[in-house]
Order: sequence, then structure tokens, then C-alpha cells
Amino acid sequence: MHDVLPRGGSTRAEPLLQAIGITKRYGSFLANDGIDLDLYPAEIHALLGENGAGKSTLVKAMYGLIQPSEGELRWMGRKIILAGPSEARALGIGMVFQHFSLFENLTVAENVALGLAPTESFKSISERLEETARVYGLPLEPNREVWRLSVGERQRIEIVRMLMQNPKLLILDEPTAVLTPQEADQLFVVLTRLKGEGRAILYISHKLDEVKRLCDTATILRGGKKISTCDPRKETAASLARMMVGAEIGEVKLATGGGVTVPRLVIYQLSLAPDDPHGTYLDNVSLEVSGGEVVGIAGVSGNGQDELFAALSGERLSPGEGAVVIDGLAAGLLGVNERRRMGAAFVPEERLGHGTAPRMKLSENALLTGHAASGMVKHGFVDRPATLATVDRTTETFDVRKAKRDPEAMSLSGGNLQKFIVGREILREPGVLVVSQPTWGVDAGAAATIRQALIDLAGRGTAVLVVSQDLDELAEIADRIAVMFHGRLSAPLSAAEATRETLGLLMGGATTPGSETSVEETSHAAGA
Amino acid sequence: MLDALGQILGLIFSVNFILTVITASTPLLLAASGELVAERSGVLNLGVEGMMIMGAACGFAAAYVSDSTIVGALCGILAGAAMAAIFAFLTLGLAVNQVATGLALTILGTGLSGLIGAGFVGMRITPAPQLYLPVLTGLPVVGRILFGQDAFVYFSFALIIGIWLFLYRTRSGLILRAVGDNHVSAHALGYPVLKIRMLAVLFGGGCAGLAGAFLPLAYTPFFIPGMTAGRGWIALALVVFASWRPGRLVAGAYLFGAVTFLQLSVQGLGLGIPPQVMSSLPYLATVVVLVLISRTRGASGSAAPASLGVVFVPDR
Amino acid sequence: MLLALERRAERSTAIGIASPVIAVALTLATVAVLFAIIGKNPIEALDVYFLEPLLDPFSLGEIVVKATPLVMIAIGLSLCYIANVWNIGAEGQFLVGAVAGSWLAVRTNGTDAGYWVLPAMLVLGTLAGALYALIPAICKVRFGASEILTSLMLVYVAYYGMDYLVRGPWRDPKGLNFPTTAPFDPVATLPPLFEGSRVHSGTLIALMVVMLIAVMLGRTIMGFEIRLVGAAPKAAGFSGFNADRLVLFTFAISGALAGLAGIIEVAGPIGYLQPDISPGYGFTAIIVAFLGRLNPIGILIAGFFLALTFIGGENAEIAMKVPLDLTKVFQGILLFYVLACDSMIAYRVRLIRGVRKAVPANA
Repeated sequence: MHDVLPRGGSTRAEPLLQAIGITKRYGSFLANDGIDLDLYPAEIHALLGENGAGKSTLVKAMYGLIQPSEGELRWMGRKIILAGPSEARALGIGMVFQHFSLFENLTVAENVALGLAPTESFKSISERLEETARVYGLPLEPNREVWRLSVGERQRIEIVRMLMQNPKLLILDEPTAVLTPQEADQLFVVLTRLKGEGRAILYISHKLDEVKRLCDTATILRGGKKISTCDPRKETAASLARMMVGAEIGEVKLATGGGVTVPRLVIYQLSLAPDDPHGTYLDNVSLEVSGGEVVGIAGVSGNGQDELFAALSGERLSPGEGAVVIDGLAAGLLGVNERRRMGAAFVPEERLGHGTAPRMKLSENALLTGHAASGMVKHGFVDRPATLATVDRTTETFDVRKAKRDPEAMSLSGGNLQKFIVGREILREPGVLVVSQPTWGVDAGAAATIRQALIDLAGRGTAVLVVSQDLDELAEIADRIAVMFHGRLSAPLSAAEATRETLGLLMGGATTPGSETSVEETSHAAGA
Repeated sequence: MLDALGQILGLIFSVNFILTVITASTPLLLAASGELVAERSGVLNLGVEGMMIMGAACGFAAAYVSDSTIVGALCGILAGAAMAAIFAFLTLGLAVNQVATGLALTILGTGLSGLIGAGFVGMRITPAPQLYLPVLTGLPVVGRILFGQDAFVYFSFALIIGIWLFLYRTRSGLILRAVGDNHVSAHALGYPVLKIRMLAVLFGGGCAGLAGAFLPLAYTPFFIPGMTAGRGWIALALVVFASWRPGRLVAGAYLFGAVTFLQLSVQGLGLGIPPQVMSSLPYLATVVVLVLISRTRGASGSAAPASLGVVFVPDR
Repeated sequence: MLLALERRAERSTAIGIASPVIAVALTLATVAVLFAIIGKNPIEALDVYFLEPLLDPFSLGEIVVKATPLVMIAIGLSLCYIANVWNIGAEGQFLVGAVAGSWLAVRTNGTDAGYWVLPAMLVLGTLAGALYALIPAICKVRFGASEILTSLMLVYVAYYGMDYLVRGPWRDPKGLNFPTTAPFDPVATLPPLFEGSRVHSGTLIALMVVMLIAVMLGRTIMGFEIRLVGAAPKAAGFSGFNADRLVLFTFAISGALAGLAGIIEVAGPIGYLQPDISPGYGFTAIIVAFLGRLNPIGILIAGFFLALTFIGGENAEIAMKVPLDLTKVFQGILLFYVLACDSMIAYRVRLIRGVRKAVPANA
């Protein structure tokens, strides 16, 4: 690949893309408020901010997916209006989204072809894609259907597709969210190479250590406004975090209370075929979670976490009753409601549509998990005041911000809805709590509240199991961490053993060579 | 008993059988082909019956007035497309539930066609001309089968082949399949999802209208209210049976044509089977087919386009 | 310039109430235009269709008679549709119920059977309807077959089955070769409630059913389950509800109610079985269900309104020679407007000014 722009002369001569005063309104909500941003060639520019700060909105405007309500964009000094992504691509802007734009039932080559302008033959696209993938160290097979690929491989399609258009500006939205630490390192190698070719890169993230490692400049957004532009290498993680969040977020306090007691949730040799043919087969999963501790399950999504959650909650029944044991009682063949009656509670990954019915009111959503065991149903009739009382209690205890007493679930922000969902379960004082991705897409304040609530719950003697892609989160709250890969669960590592590197290797399917006894003990940990 | 069996077998292995099957299958093939395209783009249009019967009524009326099969056929197509346009406006423009709208389309089409066709009941027109090639049509057995059909039949084959080529050999077809697979991704890539779906729906409507027009223009040279007799619904079932693939659609359409033939001929055999049993054969067969096809799919999951029937509202 | 849809943050209750009214108004306007096109005076036609039937007590009674099966079927269908399960075969379940109950009437015809006959007929009709509806439900749950297509196909089968019976084994030997059964004995008939009217106790049954279902939907956990399965199936699973069981349950109930409506119609206003017992009640009930916004009170009003159109249609055919098909057209148009107006509950329409093309840079 040749260099994209001429080198020599001041590399900071002229910005490639400028956002000037970009404002975007959704009804009365200001997603972006007068943002200025300059992107220069041969530079990796970070766009930092917590969830909900407006990063995705700004970037969608840069890519032509949405139109700013006010403000303008300039490309190489000239004002532009982008009617759609194809025009952005024609200019030389490429983007890889957080949620991939792929078609599962089509092949890699077909997916790439759909992302390119219709100027070449399919055969030529197929060949060029293989070539580009190879050159950049991101190998791909053109004729495989996408549903067969892992998340990391799917991201490769997005990247290669973008690279094939020879972009001058690359925009990447949270690319490492779905990668193991080792895959992330590989990505950084590619990005550094691309920067060396003279391309500009806009790197959206909320992960400070990555940004400090990789990026030359950082712009921080908060609440839709630009806070500052700085050199991340000269800042500390703490100062960046403060700019991102606007205040000191206290560290999560460790629980004071009884120590670890007896195993309250036992998963014993659980093997389960997936419902969905594209799903993951659970293979001999075993784990014990005792009262008073928080156990984390790390792993990139798509390795069986959804299937495991369904098996634990009772949405899917296990092959044998002993596969899941709650407080000493075999629960494998029992349904969700019976498990709730046994004192277990669950929080799924998907807030809207799974954890709640989006168009139903909060009181009805309280009934959703409460009807089995929380005294909301008498002789088949719903006790509405009881459901409202739960909403009120949850609102108060967990600081849920909402527009009225009992709104539709959909109208709450991500963080507030998540506080409600986690809160309604915690208020039941369950003996066992299983939570999946507790703070995904949630603002830092709500995230801190939720994590503290989980720790406090464990402190009161509950067995808490947290499934999370966020290694930082697990480092903060988990006493022990196991790793899920291809439907298999590693033996849990203690906090000391669970270094980023070790976890990363397990997430990628490798075993650490050498004599770490806790890892070697379990034959189940063996990856590919 | 054996005698009856012998009579039935004698019927099946006859030129008459093949000819009847072809004409019986043609409206099914035409309607199902159009619906297949619409469904591949992600839209479930249950109004096929309504579009077909409108095609029948308008097609017949136009043919009668103009004394031309072609004009009749064109009007049939337009009628079907016009009905489809109403459906598209509601489901694509206003994000209305596709099932309810399809039902509304059927009810409206049935009523409207009755109104339009009322004045034409009992009239006759010259049926669509059949092909006549000097030597070829005269050939024994294959002559009439291959070279003696009317234009609708030949068109139905050209149509399904054209659809296959479109879907699997052109970029536009690839885009359409992509939209049906994941409209969110298609939108993110900048493709005009709603416009593509609208075109697919209109195409489906035109095909259904043509299929309906076939009935009074070629199948029988007169119009009866309700003459589609549920064929539109069977066409919908055929798309499912075909797993949304053109090749299997032809097979399915002809299978049903054979059932129709059976229904008509067995009655003439005087076997003492009540006519109503034979009349209900196609509908029972549809149920059986739907059950069997879903059973065999089992482990590999549904072959339906992933975003079939899902409402799409782009954010701006 | 184009119109774009934008999702509302919360569903608008104001539009929820106004929507059916607006839809009816729009339909009336459209149909007035249609009348004009076919050469009838629109004002006069609207008067004959909608106003006149309400002025005459006998006519009012006829509307109630027609509304009864509509409401009973529609309330059952509403359970299905709320759960996002599509029972399109209510017409067939209606016929099957009528046939099953009629079997007993025909069997005991002319014998000196006691008063148990009528209740038994009603029970038979209800059960038969439920079982017939379970066929598509089982096909869906067990085999994944589309319930829309299977339930609809079975309508044709039911129709032909009934046709065979009334033309064949059950035909009245004294009936001059007409395809009807002998008129039912008094013990097999639902008597009228008042003198001079055909209104019968089936109406009371329908009202009771509506009340029961209203309570169930609004206040019980079963009602919550039905609503949840339709609104968010994954959340319903998470709530511990079994979607398959619910499909079977809603189909069975709606089939039962349709079957009951069928036998009531035959044992009441009609008095014997013949091929024409339904002017498409099963399909019109679908419109009633939507027009009534899947809500029990709404269904009562919508049922009355659509029954009015049936009577109005019959009158208009006699008085103004307006073809009966116009009623179907009217119902179809009404459903379209209802659906369109309903969309405004969840979305609002915005005008988007066109976006100019990008200024091409040196690519």
C-alpha cells in the first residue's frame, strides 16, 4: 500500500477533517452541543468520553449517517454536507462501528462487496480482499458465511472492507470492546502501521490505558460538550478520568461483613446444546460461588455466556437436575419462577427486550420478575399497589432518575434503567444473584452505584456471579475470576493470579504454559 | 378398488394431466414468484389473495372492454401493483404491522373486486391465444406441452428464471438479499432500505395481479367473484415450502397444480367421493406441506430472511 | 422533501383515544367519495347506511343480533393478537362450532328430548371450536408452521365439511331439496328475549364473556402474561412464562368463543343449519378486534359499529341498489385507516427537508 498523502513539509499543515460547532438535537435532548474537532493526517486522535457523552452521535454525523442540527463539516478546508455514508466513503472516510454492519447469512466476499462502491467485479473484489487481508495481517476466507466467524474475525471484515477503499480518515468506534487483550495488541500494530502511511485515525474509546498507549491527541466529551483537547501521554489516567466524568468518582469500597460462607450456587458439569444453530455449545461447565463472594466470568461475548445465563436462570433447562444447584437444592430441571422462589435472582445482558418490556411501565416490569416470589400476586390477581411500591423503593434506594412516577421502561436512560433492573433484584435480598454485563453502556455514576450495590449485596451473604466483558470492572469487584471460551469455563483464578495477561490468554483460548497450578488443574481450560 | 386405482393411474399418465397441471400451476407460480422477491427483501405481504382477485377483476374488465388479452394482462398487473402500493405506504411509510395490513389488503381487494367485476359476470371474452408453431406444435405428446401454451405460461418460466438470475447473479439482487437479512446493517451501509422494499413489494403486487388476471383471461374465459379461491394463500405457503429459493418454488407450484388436477379429475371418475372432499384437498395439502417443511428444517433453523416481517424505522 | 417517521418517547394516550374516531371519520369521507363515483348520492347513502338503522327499534335489534357473534369472536381474537399470535381461522372455528352443536339438534330432532339439549349443544359447539383452533396452534408450537396460513386453510376445509353435511346426510328430507337441515326443535333453540325482536340470550352471554375477559386482561397475572408475550417475547421467557403454552391457550379460547358464537347463531336467530350461516363474521371480527384496539370496551363499540354496517349494507342494497360488496370495501378501508391512525400512537411524522449533495473534494 502506498502512502496516502504526500509526506514532507509540516505534517500539521492543514486538518483533514474539521468539525465546527456540531450540534445535534433529538427532541429536547442535546446529544452534541457545539463541538469543535480537528483531525490531522498521520495522527491517531482519541475521542474520549463515558457512555452517553455523545461520541457515537458526533461520529455518525462525520460519516453522513445523521445530519447535524447546527454546525458544519470541512474536508481539506472546504465545507461539505454528507447526504449519506456513500458520500463519506467517496471522500475517503472509512468507519468501523461498534455494532458491525454485517450480514450473517452471506459470505465474507459478499459482505465486503456490499460495503464497497459498485465499480469492480465480484471476482476482483474477492481477490483484492484476500490480498489486503493478508498484507495487513488480518487473514480472511472470502467464501465463508459470516455466522461461522468469531467476533474478532468479523471485525476483521469491517476493517479490511474499509482498508480496501484506501481511506484517508479511519474512524473506529470502541474497537477493542469485543477483543481479547492480545487481539487488541494486534490491532494496535495495524493502526500504527496505518498511521505511518499518512492516514488519520479517529479512535473512540473509554479505555484510558489504551488511549495513553496508542494515541497522539485526545478530545474529551462530556454531556454532549467538548471539554478539552490534550495530549494523553502527558496526562494521567486520573486526570483524564476526571475530565471525562467531571467529578471524582470514588473508588468502590470493599464490603465489610461476614466473610465467605458455603457454596450457594453450584454449577456441576453442565453441558448443553444451544437453542440457536449459530449458538455455542456449553461444554462441561463447573463452578462454585459461595455466599459472601463475587465471582466473575470474563470472556469476549459469543463464547457461551448467553447460553450459560439461560441455563442458570432457568430459561433453558439443563439435561440433569444436578447441573445447577441453588442453596443445596437441585434446580437444573426447574423453571425460572421456581428458581426465584428458591431465592435466586437474575439480571440479563439486554436491558430492553429481555430484562424489561420496553413499552411497559416500570410497575409492570417490576411484576415481570416479582410475580413468582414477591407477594405481588394474590389468587391470580395482580396487586398493583405492591408493584408500585417496588418501583418507589427501587427509585429511592438506587437513585433512579425518571420523568414521572411510573413511566415506560424505554423512556429511561441506559444507566437509570439498569439501576432499576439491578435494584429490583437486589431489593428481593436474594441468596444468589447472577448478573450479565452489569454496566455495559451505562454512565460512570450509575456504574459505580451498581458495582457498589453488588459488593454490598455480597457483603450481606449473597453469592454473586458477574459475567462481564470488562476486565477493569471485574478487577474492581470480583474476588475470583474464571474465563469463558468456546463454551468452556476455566478454573477460577484468585485476584492475584488474574493478571490482565493471564486473563487475556485464557480469553483467547490459550493455556498459560508453565506451572500455574490452578490453571493446570482443570483439564477443561484447554483451548483450541 | 383396483379398478378405481387403475382409472386414476390412467389419468395421471396422460398428456391431459401434464397440460392441466401446467395451467393450474401457472397462477401459483406467478404469484409466489413475486411474493418471494418481496419476502427476500424482508416484507411479508399477506395480501396476495386480495391483489390477485383485483388483478382478475380489473384484468377481465379491461380485456372485455378492449378485446385484447395484453391490455387485460397489463391492467391486471397495474391493479395488483396499485394494491401493493397501498400496502407499501402503510407498512413502509407508517411502520404499521405487516400482518394486519396484509389482512386488510385481502379484505379490501375481495370487496373491491366484487364491485368492479359485478358488471362483468356472465360475459365471455376470447381466451388468451395459445402458441402455434408450424411443425413443433404438431408433435405428438410434447407438441402441445412445450409449444402450445399461452403467453402466461411461458412468461411464468421466464419470470422465475429472471428472478433467480437477479437474486444470485446481480449486485442489485445481492443488495436485496442483504436488506432481507439485516436491515439495520443495510441502512448503516447507506442502502435505501425502504425504497428497495417498496420496489420489491410493488413487483410482488404486479406479479400477483398478473397471476389473478391469468384466471379469467386464460384459465377460464369468464369472471366469477372470488374465483381465486384461496390461491393467494397457497402461494404464500409455497414461498415457505420453497425455503425462499426460486428453484424449489417451481417444484412446489407444480406439486400443487397436480393436486388441483386430482381434485378436478377424480370427481369426474364417479368414484363416489363427495365433491367437497376433493375441493378441500388443496387446502389440506397446504397444511400438510407446511407442517412437513417445518419439521424437516428442524436443526438447521428457519431459512426465512432474518428480518422478514420486522418493522424498520430508520433514525436520522 | 420527504416524510420521515420518528419514534415517540412514550406512546401517546391522546392519540390512542382519538385514533379510532379519526379513522372512522376518514373512512366515512372516503366511502362518500366512492358512493359518488358509483353514481349514488353520498349523503343519502350515508344516511341509509349509518343513520336509518339506528332509528328503528327492530333494526336496532337486528344490529345487536349481528353484533353478538362479532363481539364474541373478536374478544377471543383480541387475546391472540395481543400475544402476537395470529388466528385468522375464526371463521372456520365458527362453522365447526355450529356444526358440532347442530349435530345434536339434528340427532334429537323430532324425538322428545328434554331441556338438556340446548346447553349440551352450546357446550359441544364451544369444545369443537376450541379443538379445531388447536390444530393450527399445535402445528405452530410443535412444527413451527405459520399459524396464519394453517388456520386460514382450515376455514376452507370447515366450509366444505359443513357444505357436505347439509347437502348430504343432514339434509331435511321434507325440505324440497334445499341444502338445509330441518328446523330445530324448540328445545334446541335459543328463544328470543323480547317479543317482536330476534335479540336472544346469546347477547347476554357475549356481554358476560367480554366482562370476564376485561377483568382477566387488566387485573390478573394471566392477562399480564398474554400482554407480555406479545410485547416482549424474550422478557416473557425471562419472566418464566412458557410461550408455547400461551399459544395453545389463546388459540383454544378464541376457538372456543368462535365455536360458541357459531352454535348460538344457528340455534338462535337462524334456527337451522345451512351453508350461509356466516356473512364472514370470522373475518369481520378481525376488523372489530383492531378497530376496538384489542380492548374489551373498544370491541363492544366496534362490534356494534360494524354490525351497523352489515345492516346498513343490506338496507342500501334494497333501497338504493348499492351492491353488497361495498360493505366489504368499507370494512377494508376502515381497517386501513385504523392501522394508519394507530401508527401515530407510537410514531410521529416529520417533514425532512432534502439534503444537498456533498461538495466533491479531490478524492
